[in-house]
Amino acid sequence: MSVFDNSKKGRKGVKLPRLDVDTKIEFSNKLLRENKAELPELSELDVVRHFTRLSSKNFSIDKNFYPLGSCTMKYNPKIEEKVASLESFNTVHPHLILNDLSEDIQGSLEIISKSEELFCEMTGMDAFTLTPQAGAHGEMTGIMLIHAYHQNKGNKKRYVIVPDSSHGTNPATASMVGYEVITIKSDKSGDMNINEFKEKMSDEVAAVMLTVPNTLGIFNPNIKEICDIAHSYDALMYYDGANLNAILGVVRPGDIGFDVTHLNLHKTFATPHGGGGPGSGPVGVKEFLKPFLPNLQVEKKDGKYGFKKVSEQSIGRISPFFGNYMVTLRALVYILILGKEGLMNVSKKAVLNANYIRVKLKEYYDMPYDMPCMHECVLSAASLLKEHKVRALDIAKYLLDFGLHAPTIYFPLIVKEAIMIEPTETENKEDIDYFCKKMVDAVTLAKQNPKVFHDLPKTLPVSRPDETKAARELDICQC
Amino acid sequence: MPYTPHTKEDISSMLEIIGLEDEDALFDSIPKELRVKSFALPEGLSEFEVFEALKDTGKKNKTDKTLFIGGGYYDHVVPSAVDALSMRSEFYTAYTPYQAEASQGTLQALYEYQSLICRLFEMDVTNASMYDGGTALAEAALMAIRIRKRDKVIVDSGVNPVYKTILKTYLKIRGFEVEEINSESFETDKNEVLSKIDEQTACFIFQNPNFFGSVQDFSDIIEKLHSVKALAVGSFYPVSLGLLKTPGAMGVDIATADGQSLGNYLGFGGPSFGIMVTKKEFIRQIPGRIVGKTVDKENKEAFVLTLQAREQHIRRQKATSNICSNQNLMALRATIFLSLLGKDGFKELSTLNHLKTNYLKDELSKIDNITIKNLTPTFNEFVIKLPKKASKVIEQMSKSDIYAGIDVGKTDKNLDKFLLVAVTEKRTKKQMDRFVKVLKEVL
Repeated sequence: MSVFDNSKKGRKGVKLPRLDVDTKIEFSNKLLRENKAELPELSELDVVRHFTRLSSKNFSIDKNFYPLGSCTMKYNPKIEEKVASLESFNTVHPHLILNDLSEDIQGSLEIISKSEELFCEMTGMDAFTLTPQAGAHGEMTGIMLIHAYHQNKGNKKRYVIVPDSSHGTNPATASMVGYEVITIKSDKSGDMNINEFKEKMSDEVAAVMLTVPNTLGIFNPNIKEICDIAHSYDALMYYDGANLNAILGVVRPGDIGFDVTHLNLHKTFATPHGGGGPGSGPVGVKEFLKPFLPNLQVEKKDGKYGFKKVSEQSIGRISPFFGNYMVTLRALVYILILGKEGLMNVSKKAVLNANYIRVKLKEYYDMPYDMPCMHECVLSAASLLKEHKVRALDIAKYLLDFGLHAPTIYFPLIVKEAIMIEPTETENKEDIDYFCKKMVDAVTLAKQNPKVFHDLPKTLPVSRPDETKAARELDICQC
Repeated sequence: MPYTPHTKEDISSMLEIIGLEDEDALFDSIPKELRVKSFALPEGLSEFEVFEALKDTGKKNKTDKTLFIGGGYYDHVVPSAVDALSMRSEFYTAYTPYQAEASQGTLQALYEYQSLICRLFEMDVTNASMYDGGTALAEAALMAIRIRKRDKVIVDSGVNPVYKTILKTYLKIRGFEVEEINSESFETDKNEVLSKIDEQTACFIFQNPNFFGSVQDFSDIIEKLHSVKALAVGSFYPVSLGLLKTPGAMGVDIATADGQSLGNYLGFGGPSFGIMVTKKEFIRQIPGRIVGKTVDKENKEAFVLTLQAREQHIRRQKATSNICSNQNLMALRATIFLSLLGKDGFKELSTLNHLKTNYLKDELSKIDNITIKNLTPTFNEFVIKLPKKASKVIEQMSKSDIYAGIDVGKTDKNLDKFLLVAVTEKRTKKQMDRFVKVLKEVL
């Protein structure tokens, strides 16, 4: 049933404010729309039922174990929403910034300044910008900062180095900023091959983008050496914060030699992901990169918050205002509640949960990198595929029928039939045990009756969709 | 510890299974010399303490003043049902709908979003949202450059100055120049634009209604653009499309917008969401996620993410953009908003904005030393020239709890006596009469 199906001429779901003036439409026909937009005509209850029914067709953290690797689907505390619904925050007009009425927005500016300070302390960076609106947007901002740094020094740079285990956003970001990408293969232990890295490193490399721990959940022991080598060519080190949850309070990117860092507030700092966004990707830099930070920065002077005069070397604006400001506010709520001890506990429990899963499943699945992991572990269904024709995809679909969201599959790209599991710290032992049991049951079933997998899932609103048809007979709009 | 459910027994039994002595051993792979040098964070608080503290911080914002500020971000109604439905945690605590069977709610809502937006814009194809109106416009310019393989981008005088700065940031770093049109008035200088368009032009970027509120028809310019195979890229104000000629009817190639006005709060500028709509022929160049309708194994209707070969997780450095997370929840709010208003309600909303604005504009035009500066009709925003500095007037009216508008001088020093005033359906005759009274007092 689509939102258009129940439409009936003459129905309306909102009563608008009344027209209390007597004026006329100014536009000539040439400037007017010919026909009304064909929006559905529904009562408020029709709309409420439709979207409530749709919502029941979703898995979500509040209903399901959601071990989606690299996505850090931890519980989003309810208090965040309560604070974010305060009118004193969510009705503030952003153009008070343009009007320079900082006097009237001291509260909002204080939130920004305080958040920046806390982000600096947690990452070991010297300054933060909250303007990027998502992780990938943060990456772009960070690489732009690096570009500005090189341009300012007159460095001729062409390349950005990424390992083959990196997220797709890393190479895509490098391209968006106009760099060519050098991809370095991973070695047997899952780390970026240090010899190949040394070979490919040159004066033309602008930056090295790394996720630490990487997407295999492995902390690269050579990280300091990599930073030193890069710096010796005046290439800067970019820390992709996607996996910060693993090392929060244990390691700070700034301490180990990274020059630029982005955070994913919707991962590490527990803001809800909204079914695909909003995210938020604040970027931190070391002192020497401060002059290049995006236009729009807050400073405190004589006890009052105001806007900093931006350096001429700034890369400019990358978003209209302070990015997804209300997401930052939610992250701040989370940080203030957890505090130092709570934040240090996050990584401990995240890594504990992930290793527990790894050990419980290692007998049943291939372990392409058989060693202790950090916050996530990557298994492989390669043997299952070879011996029983059961793929990672089949395992994923099997889990759905038990109310378990599937792990990330087929990523990282370097692992065949990858199953990437990130339980996060907010899951309890019983739920994890249940997940592990179902993962083991899946293997048993694969050996006994592999054919049944093809029809899974069976209990969800739909069975496997025909993706080829979706792409070939494109239907992307009921128009 | 907050939000971690581990009991002492849990921890010891889990560690035992892993084969470790204590939790610290979990981090043995990290060399000691790389451990944190400092982690001086405050002690944790209860949620009650944090709520009280932040409520106090919020009180330092002034949010009880009557808003006549627009500039792309407007004080529109947000129906309660939008909040109630988008706050269902089945929606807001879900991730990107990669597992289609477990995400049919989000996927169908996005398909409906795409359908509603295409109907509103009278165009063929849209994605499942961008970050905001400004970055959507910058991405549209990059898309035009990709499609036409030309690098001359012309941007009109009426484009939101904040968007222009974003556009320049995105394009300059790639070595693309942005040629700016100047205009003597608050409207597009069409002769100037027509003279600049040539066979090197990738696209011309305009905004309608423009930043100053003026509404124009761009069909002639678009015709010229198409005659040299250049693209028309526009930024639009969704609420105005209940009344105004659509980008589709004008022949626009890539239309963008900010979606804040469709059921989202001002929220100090974010999160809002970006809209990008284009013609079918350009679908493979559009950035971001797209939802398609298909069938499942039982031939039942089903929704999936489609044409993913454009995207970064498949195509990596060859992707159309690096965008991954979008602003899904805000697009969902727009979907609910548009469904509630419906065919007649949306036109009514649009008309209300226009008619109320006309009242204030008429009343202001009666004041001797004030002139309305727009030469064309305006939708819900207009520019007035004051006998003194706009910043001064804004400051004085603010003391009477009125945010009078945007100081145009902040975007162009020579225009410091110009004030950009916006009116929405929420403003009453009484509030507008008070605006006029207070303005007269401060002049």
